Amino acid sequence: MRFRNHQTHYGWIAITLHWLMAPGIIGLFALGWWMRKLSYYDPWYQQAPDIHKSIGILMLFLLLFRLLWRVFNPTPQPLPTIPRWQSLAARTTHGFIYLVLLSIMLSGYLISTADGRAIEVFDWFSLPPTVQDIPNQEDIAGRVHEILAWSLMVLIAVHALAALKHHFINRDTTLYKMLGTTTSSPSSSNRAQKPTTLTSTRKETML
Amino acid sequence: MKKPIALLFAALLLGSTAHAAEYKIDTKGAHAFVQFRIKHLGYSWLYGRFDDFSGSFFYDDKKPEDSSVNVNIDVTSLNSNHAERDKHLRGTDFLNTAKFPTATFKSTSFEPLENGEARLNGELTLHGVTKPITIDVSNIGGGKDPWGGYRQGFSGTTEFELKDFGIDYNLGPASQKVEMILDIEGIRI
Repeated sequence: MRFRNHQTHYGWIAITLHWLMAPGIIGLFALGWWMRKLSYYDPWYQQAPDIHKSIGILMLFLLLFRLLWRVFNPTPQPLPTIPRWQSLAARTTHGFIYLVLLSIMLSGYLISTADGRAIEVFDWFSLPPTVQDIPNQEDIAGRVHEILAWSLMVLIAVHALAALKHHFINRDTTLYKMLGTTTSSPSSSNRAQKPTTLTSTRKETML
Repeated sequence: MKKPIALLFAALLLGSTAHAAEYKIDTKGAHAFVQFRIKHLGYSWLYGRFDDFSGSFFYDDKKPEDSSVNVNIDVTSLNSNHAERDKHLRGTDFLNTAKFPTATFKSTSFEPLENGEARLNGELTLHGVTKPITIDVSNIGGGKDPWGGYRQGFSGTTEFELKDFGIDYNLGPASQKVEMILDIEGIRI
């Protein structure tokens, strides 16, 4: 597997980013949801938000790198068997996931830096404040952060269910593109045959 | 012909209200502060304030028992010098400012004591709950200011249990009560 993306599958950089961020983002949602319910005397009351913010900032950097990487790499094309509306829907969902992710991270940043405090990322570095003049900034940013976090979970559910549908119902190779196993032969003979046939079909259409 | 009569009328009015007057709380010049403090873990005092409020009072140094005060506080303007804490305090765990954005204090009576001290009774509406409270007040001073106005200033303190106003988030046994520290200067209108 190459580190750059192909026309047919993602390179290992994109794959690593995807599978690093997927549990990271879902974990941040769970942590964010859980930490809000902690009592004042809970040992995690201060630590949980610190961890949430630190991982959030690291995810922001990963996201920025990921978007850059996406711009300078070919995006693997959808399988030719997929109807146009579906690939369009998939692409729209991807776009919204990126947009909402970025907005969640920026709104989170605006909460904690609203009073001019920096965000301490573990004991590693601190991210300085920038915008802090919006009236009731922490409240507005907090509301946005919460609404978008729930929206993101809906988008992710659509995205994941679509991937699983391709894998288990359509039994095509869509999911393999993000697993890095498109070219290697999977266990199921059904799938082992499909990639080659589909690749050839796609090549024909491209010609 | 009308002017002398108007002037005479004004002079009479001024004469009768030389001491009794309505004052507007000087929030424009920020010579008024609505502050609170609450113990943190029982180890120290945490201070905060409400940046936006408005109000007026009536004061007659000859008949102080006639004094009255009305104040409206924008609860969303809470400021404890920490955005994350302010957000928490404005949220549903505490003040729920989305639902109850305004707090009000309306005085019901004023009991003058010795040396310019007094007890100011009134009704505080906070977090949607209205309860009578008593503020210990002292008149700090009053008189002409250098810019042609006339001012009167007071300092007051009171305290109440958070749960009396329906705020039951557990901050620990040492942090059940909040103290209010109120300093207002009014400009005669």
